[in-house]
Amino acid sequence: MGHDTNYQDREFKIIGTRVKRPDGIDKVTGRAKYGADAFAPGQLVGKVLRSPHAHAIIQKIDISKAEKLAGVKAIITSADLPDLTGTNRGMTDILENCMARGRALYHGHAVAAVAAIDEQTAKQALKLIKVTYKLLPHVTDVDEAMLPDAPIIQDFVLQDGKPSNIAGISTFGHGDVDAGFAEADVIVEKSYKTEQTHQGYIEPHACLANVSSDGSGELWVTTQGHFSFRVVCSTLLGLDMAKLKVTSSEIGGGFGGKTHVWTEPLALALSRKANRPVKLVMTRDEVFKASGPTSSTSMDIKIGAKKDGTITAATAMLRYQDGAFPGIWGMLGAMTAYACYDLKNVKTVGHDVLVNRPKVAAYRAPSAPMAAFGVESTMDLVANEIGMSPLDFRIKNAAKEGTQASYGPVYGPIGIGPTLEAVKKHPHMRAKLKKNQGRGMACGFWFNFGGQTCVDLNIGPDGTVSLTIGTIDVGGSRASLSLIVAEELGIPYDQVRTNIGDTASLGHNDTTEGSRGTFSSGMAAIFAARDAVGVLRARAAKMWDIPVDDVVWADGVATATGAKHSNLPPLTLAAIAAKAASTGGPIAGHNEVVADNAGVSFASHICDVEVDPETGSTKIIRYTVIQDAGKAIHPDYVEGQFQGGAAQGIGWALNEEYIYGADGCLQNTGFLDYRIPVCSDLPFIDTQILEIPNPNHPYGVRGVGETSIVPPLAAIGNAVSHAAGVRMTHIPMSAPRILKAIDDAKA
Amino acid sequence: MTGVLVSTTINGDAVQFACPTDETLLDSLRNRVGLTGAKEGCGTGDCGACSVTLDGRLVCACLVLGVEANGREIGTVEGLVEDGKLHPLQEKFIEHAALQCGICTPGFLVAAKTLLEKNPKPSEEQIRYALAGNLCRCTGYDKIVRAVQAAAKEMRKK
Amino acid sequence: MRYETPTTTKEAATLLHKEKGQAHILAGGTDLLVRMKMGMTEPTLVVDIKHIPAMQAITKSAAGFKIGATVCGAAMTEHAALGKAWPGIVEAANLIGSDQIQGRCTMVGNLCNGSPAADSVPAMIAAGAKAIIVGKDKRRTVAVDKIVTGPGKTSLAKGEVIEAITLPARLPRSGDAYLRFTPRTEMDIAVVSAAVNLTLQRGVVKTARVVLGAVAPTAVIVAKAAKAIIGTKLDDEALEKLAAACSAACNPIDDKRGTIEYRTKVAGVLAKRAAKIAYQRAGGTL
Repeated sequence: MGHDTNYQDREFKIIGTRVKRPDGIDKVTGRAKYGADAFAPGQLVGKVLRSPHAHAIIQKIDISKAEKLAGVKAIITSADLPDLTGTNRGMTDILENCMARGRALYHGHAVAAVAAIDEQTAKQALKLIKVTYKLLPHVTDVDEAMLPDAPIIQDFVLQDGKPSNIAGISTFGHGDVDAGFAEADVIVEKSYKTEQTHQGYIEPHACLANVSSDGSGELWVTTQGHFSFRVVCSTLLGLDMAKLKVTSSEIGGGFGGKTHVWTEPLALALSRKANRPVKLVMTRDEVFKASGPTSSTSMDIKIGAKKDGTITAATAMLRYQDGAFPGIWGMLGAMTAYACYDLKNVKTVGHDVLVNRPKVAAYRAPSAPMAAFGVESTMDLVANEIGMSPLDFRIKNAAKEGTQASYGPVYGPIGIGPTLEAVKKHPHMRAKLKKNQGRGMACGFWFNFGGQTCVDLNIGPDGTVSLTIGTIDVGGSRASLSLIVAEELGIPYDQVRTNIGDTASLGHNDTTEGSRGTFSSGMAAIFAARDAVGVLRARAAKMWDIPVDDVVWADGVATATGAKHSNLPPLTLAAIAAKAASTGGPIAGHNEVVADNAGVSFASHICDVEVDPETGSTKIIRYTVIQDAGKAIHPDYVEGQFQGGAAQGIGWALNEEYIYGADGCLQNTGFLDYRIPVCSDLPFIDTQILEIPNPNHPYGVRGVGETSIVPPLAAIGNAVSHAAGVRMTHIPMSAPRILKAIDDAKA
Repeated sequence: MTGVLVSTTINGDAVQFACPTDETLLDSLRNRVGLTGAKEGCGTGDCGACSVTLDGRLVCACLVLGVEANGREIGTVEGLVEDGKLHPLQEKFIEHAALQCGICTPGFLVAAKTLLEKNPKPSEEQIRYALAGNLCRCTGYDKIVRAVQAAAKEMRKK
Repeated sequence: MRYETPTTTKEAATLLHKEKGQAHILAGGTDLLVRMKMGMTEPTLVVDIKHIPAMQAITKSAAGFKIGATVCGAAMTEHAALGKAWPGIVEAANLIGSDQIQGRCTMVGNLCNGSPAADSVPAMIAAGAKAIIVGKDKRRTVAVDKIVTGPGKTSLAKGEVIEAITLPARLPRSGDAYLRFTPRTEMDIAVVSAAVNLTLQRGVVKTARVVLGAVAPTAVIVAKAAKAIIGTKLDDEALEKLAAACSAACNPIDDKRGTIEYRTKVAGVLAKRAAKIAYQRAGGTL
């Protein structure tokens, strides 16, 4: 049955109310089970041996001593992982990233793995494995990797027929930028650099793998996409996909970093070899060294404008490192850089560059924060040159319905203008600033994605409703989905229970990323509920023996319409469910959909900082997030996404960075020296939810989870420029960098 | 590997377990006693996800040896519920949406509980500094601090 | 790994002296267990000193305070008299880490770990603290600034253990303060730090000690900085001289926590600020 995805304006009964989430009690009592909280009888402990070098040929791996250690049940190297990926280069890269094949490509790259009866034995076994390395020259900086004499990371990457570290060059834009710059009264050109950061989820990667000798397997894993993990793991290991059941545990944070496999294929391979369950949990330093951080970048931004504030041309030359394997991160940066603005002439070029660093993975609105830092900082500089307020300058050039986005499509109704107007009206803009304090603002954008989704809705004999979904609950979406089903069926929220099904229970679901969880599963849930309503009406009709066209479903009951049926009392869902056995069997609704048009989400942030002029130390005094959510199903969780993304952006702006030594090795592999914000670093984060309905969702929902990490870097950079009189171009804006800028300006 | 028998009290109950002498209390709780509420986020005392109380003092279980629990009293998140009722902190955390993924929540609850036992009327600043040892990556701490304030208010009524 | 719980200091010293393998003292464990987790040490023997009564208390006498080696940071904060007499010592110990760390860490452990950035050390040295060292056969008392000889190294002989730290009797009109720079508001190792301890006479600085942390392999006593403020009421010129002397005394490194340039500059800034706080705590008005 086709379903109409168009937005329908309506009054909601419970959508938008702040109900309690169904998994709340489990999570506040310690009952909820995360990746490392599963145990199997006879389980072995898996541990991974990792390269201590940034770039080296692996000449020999001698496992003979380790094999003889009592308690060691399996050891694997790349020899145990034959390449079954065929011509699928992406899969081959995943395989090689999971375990080095002849060459260690970054500090921390997996080289071998063991499974033993306990942790002590496994650690001892790793020590007994003798690896002979031949060191190769390495490169970790994105600009250095593009130089002609840079060490080459991957032989199959060619530019003009020659081996190169430039894995991709993507160009977007329209119009004639040269003509546009010629028209400009003011042109600002500036270069920026951002260091590498990590998603920083508190829960390390963890899984429990159990492969039987008949080729069937089970994998319990913390993941953002158990279905895609099933595809990848079965492909890499040559397992029958239908015989591999992947169950997602509760997830302790992902932000994009748990959309890829890292150690899971190794755990499965070890389990297969040892014929016993293998539990493999990453330590914190392994997470930093060998999962998927985001890109470090360098970029050149150029914006030209007329005296009246109209931007006449804008360009961005962006260079993103992908780690040791090709990715699309430079491309995404080039797509998002100018997405907030209505530009006649715009050109962005994104380079994807290989370096001896871990394989980059998505991190919340991947690639957008860096490009936005460059663009939004430069916007302020142009505004200053013209003598216009940064806010008015942005309002004048903001994208609107009908604007052709710099990355191609034409926008429908969007929220950038409304969020800027909301900034203007917000009390934050009138709060008094004290000595050494300054205020800045910036905008941000994210596309949001739809993707393959399916859900099952089952009505139990007692009338309670069970919704089984295939997207992970990263931040409370079970509550939102229960709200949606309850709204559609007209029943109380407490009568609905949302569960995440394993891969054996549902058809394929794409990963929970791209802010698609509530959007896609929500859309599927709406249609599954409407499906179920159709069944309920038919059952009521049967129970009453009247035509189904005379049955109406509203407010949780079936009513017989028309004067001739007026003696029939309405039937509740529970009453119909109780009779299901005699009217056709269990009552259910399904939906399979490729949800599309998740609706772009725009935000504007305001930030006040105080900079200590003698130490460069920066404190966030006040922070406000204003973002368009389309429709906030559960406002608490929408606010939570706004605040969480902003906090990550603040850490990124001020303190977080991967620090590499001259030896190409990562120096800060723990939470001590990879500094994410602590509670005392932040003030309360104010939020304002705007609702400009997404025309392509029945409730108008837009994805919301990612945009809020995009504006903070520039919002803070702009605030610092007012507080300390210096323009920071290198992220993070740590105290030493700010103090140096202050001292250089004085000289 | 030599093991030691440890006799301890956990959440008021007498518990015995055997562990190697170099095992952390965190691993003993999770792997020997089966209490998985305390989590390993880092193993080096930098994240607070393994927060428990040791004779009433807030500590990171990853920085205590399992054998040190002998003869002492341990308090974990599993012990917050009393007579089947949620502690006000637990209630307020749910009510105020102070958790998203929830992995840091057990640590925060134990830390907040010891704070409120020492200081029933903490200022916002005092709350923030008392909880500085607990990392959260999802919430930005806003709703956590509000939940603690609400719980403190509720507890002062009694 | 053997785990022992001696009940006297002498017993602990003897166990450590006898051990042929790698022996470690366990007090709070906030350094030791981290090193074990990271594979930096595999002890054959751990001597848990928390069952030794002589190390467990804070006592006050006419001679001053004595702080047992296993007294944790939180207990120091809870001791009202100690905080009144030596607010700089207490705030320094308080900064060693989060509340969770404070429930376990000790000043003596912080000292003997030998980090150039140890928070408790500059304030202890500025205060003139002494360490009571017990070996299997004898005891000796040594100024705290003689304990750490380099990063991770102490002057203690094999089998020697610090039983307590003593602080001298507090003269009236005295004040001390400790400040450090960290990138975040909590949870960081000090990038640079400064401790100042002084005594006033009629508003004029009579005696002073200025000590810097995290700017050299060991804490640095800056005699020139103390000299710059003795005999003054902390006027701007005196403070500038103090800051310059501090910067000149720095010998820091570039590492993942800070640069030479930054540490050198901010050492002076922090020393000035700590001097002002100590001065006000001593009853002076600025």
